[in-house]
Amino acid sequence: MPVVSKKSSARAPRRRVEPELIFGDLWEFDPAPESADPKLRASYGLFIGGKFVAPQSGRTFTSINPGTGQPLAEIALAGSAEVDAAYRAATKAFSPWARLPGAERGKYLYRIARILQDRAREFAVAETLDGGKPIKESRDFDVPMAAAHFFYHAGWADKLAYVFPGATPQPHGVVGQVIPWNFPLLMLAWKIAPALATGNTVVLKPAETTSITALKFAEVLQEAGLPAGVVNIVTGAGETGAAVVNHPAAAKVAFTGSTEVGKRIMRSTAGTGKKLTLELGGKAANIVFEDAPLDQAVEGIVNGIFFNQGHVCCAGSRLLVQESIAAGVLQRLRHRVQVLRVGNPMDKNTDIGAINSREQLDRITALVKAGVAEGAEMFQPPIALPRQGYYFRPTLFSGVEQSHRIAREEIFGPVLSILTFRTVAEAVEKANNTAYGLSAGVWTEKGSRILKLSTELKAGVIWANTFNKFDPTSPFGGYKESGFGREGGKQGLADYVKLT
Amino acid sequence: MPRLTISKTPKCYVGGKFIRSESGRTFPLHDATGAFFAHVPQCTRKDVRNAVEVAARAGAGWAARSAYNRGQILYRLAEMLEPRTKELVEALKLNGLPSAAAKAEVVATIDRVVHYAGWADKYEQLLGNVNPVASPHFNFTVTEPMGVIGIVAPDDSPLLGLLTCILPAITAGNSVVVITAETAPYPAIALGEMLATSDLPGGVVNLLTGFRQEMVPTLATHAHLRAIGGVVDSADRKILEIGAAESVKRVKVLNAVPPLDWYAGDGPQASLYAIQDFLEYKTTWHPVGA
Repeated sequence: MPVVSKKSSARAPRRRVEPELIFGDLWEFDPAPESADPKLRASYGLFIGGKFVAPQSGRTFTSINPGTGQPLAEIALAGSAEVDAAYRAATKAFSPWARLPGAERGKYLYRIARILQDRAREFAVAETLDGGKPIKESRDFDVPMAAAHFFYHAGWADKLAYVFPGATPQPHGVVGQVIPWNFPLLMLAWKIAPALATGNTVVLKPAETTSITALKFAEVLQEAGLPAGVVNIVTGAGETGAAVVNHPAAAKVAFTGSTEVGKRIMRSTAGTGKKLTLELGGKAANIVFEDAPLDQAVEGIVNGIFFNQGHVCCAGSRLLVQESIAAGVLQRLRHRVQVLRVGNPMDKNTDIGAINSREQLDRITALVKAGVAEGAEMFQPPIALPRQGYYFRPTLFSGVEQSHRIAREEIFGPVLSILTFRTVAEAVEKANNTAYGLSAGVWTEKGSRILKLSTELKAGVIWANTFNKFDPTSPFGGYKESGFGREGGKQGLADYVKLT
Repeated sequence: MPRLTISKTPKCYVGGKFIRSESGRTFPLHDATGAFFAHVPQCTRKDVRNAVEVAARAGAGWAARSAYNRGQILYRLAEMLEPRTKELVEALKLNGLPSAAAKAEVVATIDRVVHYAGWADKYEQLLGNVNPVASPHFNFTVTEPMGVIGIVAPDDSPLLGLLTCILPAITAGNSVVVITAETAPYPAIALGEMLATSDLPGGVVNLLTGFRQEMVPTLATHAHLRAIGGVVDSADRKILEIGAAESVKRVKVLNAVPPLDWYAGDGPQASLYAIQDFLEYKTTWHPVGA
């Protein structure tokens, strides 16, 4: 039986419900594990000045496979001495790299894109093992999209003059970049591709739970023959990140992660003259009107919140449904989440993989408890979870109030909070009633309503009759406390140049 | 017998009205010879908060005006300034600026207003675009005003510098709360009287006279201000950037040192990019299909 919190009995639908045929009730899928070799090393050094080097301190940390809880590889821990060495290498590399004709810089980026495509399956497996996302997502989304970002930006390198009419773009210098664990390789591509295309050099720190594809990417850079020091990768946790952000040689800092850390970075870089871009948290409203194409909307809602276990800053985590169709949509959603396959990320049939870390699992669990305690009605499908590793059932909360923590705080997990509205004005008001402003979704067949909402919703990306779509040509970034700056598209280039 | 002239009580232009500071405080202003000229309102952090409130109320309507209409209203402002050139020259001379320099500043200011009037219905065509995404979607990026912008005006160019900081923000459809030049507040008082006769809706531009030290920290931390522009020294920059963190506010200020050439080209930054500083980019996706 599904797990339903107490209030549900009082609200049982009065109409007779058709008997549900749940796919998988009577039979099971055979396991379909991906078997490609991720070609992992037992241990990884830091990538500084074009070479893998051991940290002076000799300190390392272990990267865990969240799908099994087992160790995957030993990763070097960079302290301030190593971060300093990375900045020295990047500073030395800057002037020749910036002076290189744009067409030549572009050719390196094209090479990187091609090598990533050549090694795509290997990278997809490594990404899934290290981060826990379903192999079908790393294989069909993360890795091809990362390659596409390099390919797109490669072509800009010799065309920058066309982007900024009346001004001359110049690179900033060395850029310090800190990226999150939800899309490790893709976030690296979003950061490194525009930085290199515009003539900057890079010191990048991946998240401590997902360093492996960044270090494998360093192998790609070696294969591409990228000049030493143009990209340096230092691994570690928050302390290493702080050293990257606060290093005096950083002319610009680019960060993707939580709003809390983003604010800390704003304070620590205040008065330093460093350029800053931040891509922070979100609590996106996904608004479904009564005239919406409901089959597509339900798929969009599911994709919006359960894609990548909900570890998505732009996830559609607040569903706003028009009151007249709320009961029906909830029933469809309950049905739909019962057939989501949760489990081994390496299985090609898996829809929801592993939660990235024990720490994140604890945070999701705590917020879900708060949701129940504050009176929202919870639904979880009765599926078995693997015994090893970190997993969480797809969770629906209905009867959510705007004041509930699950309606205000970013959960970053497979948890959907459902609220209702009656009028367009109420939908806009509720959607904008958040400190965040990264993305929003609108589902309706009425074109003029889409354009009205796309104007009135205070968010950087509006998905109309779709959700969670990304493209290198399409700028992504937030309003308000979701950060500033854009990544991708013509607009994303602007954050990596100064205009004279 | 010579007639005794009527001297003016300077008031700040806020919310389309002429106000004194809520605190009742003033500071004396002297002319270039050192003679007493007038008592100028010494606005406070409470005045800043009140101004942000009226600016927020005025902002939605201003942002909703058509680009063509915003352009015409800005042009109308130039029409209101031109016949009042003499008054503005006198306001600048008060601080010791020679006649020729004062005249040059006023003329450049009027021309800059006309320049930005022309931008109102053009920047979108240069900054926004359709994105050729690989999936079957129509995807486009447009700009939107940020909302209420705080501006710290420069001391060294109390009219041209003031409007060069204000114009890109309001051209983009934002409303502004401005701390005017501390050492030369009178040109902003005179400008307020001219703004009142232009068609610019009250509350879009709000000018506060007084001391940066008293008002900059409130600009920094006020959560309803979405960005800060203008010109500041390194100490105020740090105050603004630290204060901005709590609401992830955009800080787009220029450095006061070395001094900026307010006459250069379209201003210290190429004007299109000064407008861009006070815009957000919004990208919309929609499936393409039957």
